[in-house]
Order: sequence, then C-alpha cells, then structure tokens
Amino acid sequence: MSVVEVNQANFKAEVLESPIPVLADFNADWCGPCKAMRPMLEELAESGPSYKIVSIDIDAESDLAEEYDVTSIPCLVLFKDGQEANRSIGLISKDAIAQLAEG
Amino acid sequence: MHDIVVIGAGPAGMTAAIYARRAARSVLVLEAVSCGGQILNTPDIENYPVEAHISGFDFSRKLHDQAEGLGAEFIFEKAVEIRDLGAVKEVVTPKNTYQARAVILATGSENRKLGLEDEDRLVGRGISYCATCDGNFYRNKVVAVVGGGNTALEDALYLADLAQKVYLIHRRDSFRGEETTAARLREKPNVEIICNANVTRLIAEKRLKAIEITDKLDGSLRTVELNGLFIAVGRIPENQDFAGLVQLDEAGYVLAGEDCHTAASGIFTAGDNRTKLLRQLVTATADGAMAATEAVKYLRETEQAYTDSLLRSWGGVC
Repeated sequence: MSVVEVNQANFKAEVLESPIPVLADFNADWCGPCKAMRPMLEELAESGPSYKIVSIDIDAESDLAEEYDVTSIPCLVLFKDGQEANRSIGLISKDAIAQLAEG
Repeated sequence: MHDIVVIGAGPAGMTAAIYARRAARSVLVLEAVSCGGQILNTPDIENYPVEAHISGFDFSRKLHDQAEGLGAEFIFEKAVEIRDLGAVKEVVTPKNTYQARAVILATGSENRKLGLEDEDRLVGRGISYCATCDGNFYRNKVVAVVGGGNTALEDALYLADLAQKVYLIHRRDSFRGEETTAARLREKPNVEIICNANVTRLIAEKRLKAIEITDKLDGSLRTVELNGLFIAVGRIPENQDFAGLVQLDEAGYVLAGEDCHTAASGIFTAGDNRTKLLRQLVTATADGAMAATEAVKYLRETEQAYTDSLLRSWGGVC
C-alpha cells in the first residue's frame, strides 16, 4: 500500500473509521523536513505494515490542522479507533516512525 | 571494513563522502535521522555560490545523489560510540558495529534549549525553534522570539510580517546580530524589543499561554500573554558521545584547526561541530573536502608505513 492522500472529505472514512491504526502525516510542500520524511513514510507504507499511513496537506486542509491542534510540522499523529493515541513533532528517523506507529 | 566512516549526513559529511570516493576510498556514511540535517529547515538558500536560489531540501537531495552516485554507502543508524583501536576504529550504533581505518565526525549541532520546565512538552504546542517552519501557524497571533543573534533577529523580522505582535526578548542590552537587521526591526510598529531580560517561566495548560519575563537589572517580573514562543538562543554541537575520544572546547565543539585533524590520530572532524569562526553552508562543505583529503592522506601514510615495516621484516628493499 502507498501513502493515502487525505482531505476533509475522506478524513472520517480513511482515518476515524479505519479498522487498523492510522499514522497521519501533517505536512506542507514548503516544509523541508516534511519532504525529507516523505520517502521514509512511502517505504514503510510499501512494506505492508499493520497500520495505514495517510498524508494531510495543512495548507489545503487548514481546518483539519486546526482541529488536531497542529502548530508545528512535520507532525505525525497516530489514530487508534478514531482517537489520537500518540504524536511526534519534528523530523525523526524511519525506525522512530515505525516505533511510533507500532506503539 | 571501510576505509572511511563518516558520521553525519549533513553538507559537511556528504561532501567528505564525495571527496573520499573520488580518491577511490570506500566510504560509509552513518546518519541518525535523515540526509541534510539543519539545512533542511532553510526554505531558500541564497548565499551558496552558483545557485542563486535553492531550497535546503533540494540542496540535500542533490548532494546525497551525487555522493551515492559516486559509490558512497548510506546507513541510517545513530553512531553512539567510537572505539579507537589504533589502526582500526570501531563505530558503534544501537544495531551494529562498523570498522573503519579513519573516521570523520560531521555530527553538526542541535537547537539550544532555554532549559525551562515543560519546554519539551510544549514543542509544537506553542514552542518552536524554527520561525520559517512554523511561523505560518501564528498568522495574526501574538508571538515572542528569544535571543539576540542573527537567527533571532531574522526570525523576529520574518514573524513581524505574519503575526499581530512580536516581542523580541534578549538577555543583553545590545544584539550580537547584524545592525541592519536590528534597525529594520526597530522600525516595525508591531515589534516590541525587551532587552536585559530572561524568560524564566512557561505558563501553559495544554498549550503555551504566557511567559514570565524577569528584568535582569531590577529583578522585576512581567507576564506576557502569547500564542507562540520562538527560541533562537544558539545551537549546541552534538559531540557528547565522543567527548572521551577527541578534545572539545568549553562549548563542546571539537578542537580542530583548518586541517580538520582532531587530537586522535585517524579521526577527523568537519562542519558545524568543529571550532571555527564562521558556520555556514559553504564553510561546512569546505570542511568536508578538507577532512576527507586529510583522511585519505592519513590512510596513505599508514599504508606506506605498513608496507615499509613488511619490507623491513623480509630483510630487504628491492
């Protein structure tokens, strides 16, 4: 599976109602660290994990960013059963991302 | 066994990899997080020769591709220890131990913190170390910048165009940063400069709500309500793990001159973690070239010494 692009329209179905945990990557195209993290997320998504990875553009989806109180990116939020279970702010390693998602 | 292990894949480390590969040496670059390092936070680099504009991300990607194209190997593990066994060095990560004949420390630096209670918890909840990354979230809000160097002044100027109000808090009465930037700040009607003052407390619930400022001259306290606090009080070199091996100065930088030699034979250093006058992209890449060239010279000399000793033990030279 690849990283799924999520917006206000499909957020509920893709994230909140997902039967498996979802790692949401809040990012923007002007954010260098976000771009550096993207290939790591792609690799993890392709490796067939037990969770789903989605990407949310905070400029296009400012309401979602505000709703989840994202004021610093890159910001990874782990959702389990529609609830925030954990989050991490700033550029982290691929191993650390996997750990966050599996935790 | 690699000829050279480079620790850190920032501009200095990746340039060192290029020079070492062009000298036909095997190179492993160990990186804890991601290629690029600190420069990834720069949206537009305007002072690197030849490219008038390039983003830090594109710069890093190109540099990585160049080094990898020349045959440098990259592994994403954090080096936590170097064992100096003389002619062989062991670089230890949580997963593996790598052997090398020479090591280049290009670990860079990280943001210096204020050291206040709750500071870590509030990162991303009102506290930021990167105005250009996070400034957009504070459009029409009230923010403060702490610091007095160029980064602090430039952050305050950048935020002044976005935020409703910007406080600039500095512990001294004059700025270390460029006077032209300071002068531009003084002209901004929405910037209030507070000198001779320290931020002494973070006031927060879930998010940062206010800060307490202590006047250094009379000890008086002032509470400033705000939405965001941008901390720009310098950087600290990431050399702690290697302090026993190479010599550091009081601030933690690896003591090394222009030749990038450390106190330990066969261990070199390059970039922001070295003692130097100017920490810029162009001086980091210059260091990378120098450290790799010196490392290659060291390898040649040790190889020559080994050959000479073999010849001597055989009892003659042809």
